[in-house]
Amino acid sequence: MARKSSRDRMSNEINAGSMADIAFLLLIFFLVTTTIVEDKGILVKLPPWSEEEPDITKLKERNVYSVLVNAQNQLLVREQPMRVEDLRTNAKEFISNPQRREDLAEKPTKAIISLKNDRGTNYDTYLRVYNELKGAYNDLWNELCQRKFGIEYSEDLPLAYRKAIKEEIPFVLSEAEPTNFGEE
Amino acid sequence: MSKFSKKRGKADPAISTASLPDIIFMLLFFFMVVTVLRDAELKVRVVTPYASELTKLEEKSLVNYLYIGKPTKQYQATYGTKPRLQLGDKFSEVRDIPLFLEKHKVKVPEAKRPRITSSLRVDGEVTMGVVQDVKTQLRKSGQLRVNYSAKKTPD
Repeated sequence: MARKSSRDRMSNEINAGSMADIAFLLLIFFLVTTTIVEDKGILVKLPPWSEEEPDITKLKERNVYSVLVNAQNQLLVREQPMRVEDLRTNAKEFISNPQRREDLAEKPTKAIISLKNDRGTNYDTYLRVYNELKGAYNDLWNELCQRKFGIEYSEDLPLAYRKAIKEEIPFVLSEAEPTNFGEE
Repeated sequence: MSKFSKKRGKADPAISTASLPDIIFMLLFFFMVVTVLRDAELKVRVVTPYASELTKLEEKSLVNYLYIGKPTKQYQATYGTKPRLQLGDKFSEVRDIPLFLEKHKVKVPEAKRPRITSSLRVDGEVTMGVVQDVKTQLRKSGQLRVNYSAKKTPD
């Protein structure tokens, strides 16, 4: 008698034990097929298109930091050959000009970096150069931010802070049309 | 006999697993929402270079991808070994970029359109010529937010 009543109770509920297995299968399927691609990169704002080339000849020579990368992936910075490894410190010195030298930028707001490459330049080299230039600015922003607000510079800072920093050291990088050397 | 069965009926030793599927389903939905299925099959070889000053791309729906690289082995017979541009899932020319951008743009709500970013996933061995052409075309199309895809330099 007792046994019978217990069996009745059992048959009333649906066995949901296998539901978990089915859901697990689906979960594993999604885990395997999807790739969490962390997309990171160097964010660049391109200048709007205009037919005429910007004229940098009317700028004072001391304010222009010209970087040329040729088809052999060699670097020429202000008429001097340079290694990519030294570019960051050199650019920082040029922008901030701590010793107030006559041949470096008057002040950070006037500094302009002019980057020019050949069509045969390796993309890898180009990006390394760009990375160093951006890194130079990032370092300077960081230093300024530490001095002014006592915190490290990052993109998560409030907009007012970032604006204040970038007003003092704006990122100005002009890219000239490349020369037709070494195209494959 | 009856005493024994009574005892068992009262104290059920089995832990209820009825909520387990719900938990797993929650996990499943979380993953389904968070991850984005790769829609394009890569037909060009892309090994992005290393860099240190990286920015993370936040919203995947606001990003369109342009791949540049040499065609992979199976396509070299038809397309050669010169670096090519891939838009979506097919080989394209530089002049196809405006249409590609426009097709992506209509899917984005109007308020978010200024934040559309083009992710250039370019192979490190490619020469700048083809990249420059793409950049010029992007500028002409008014797509100025560009992200050069790169990997974090290992310390």
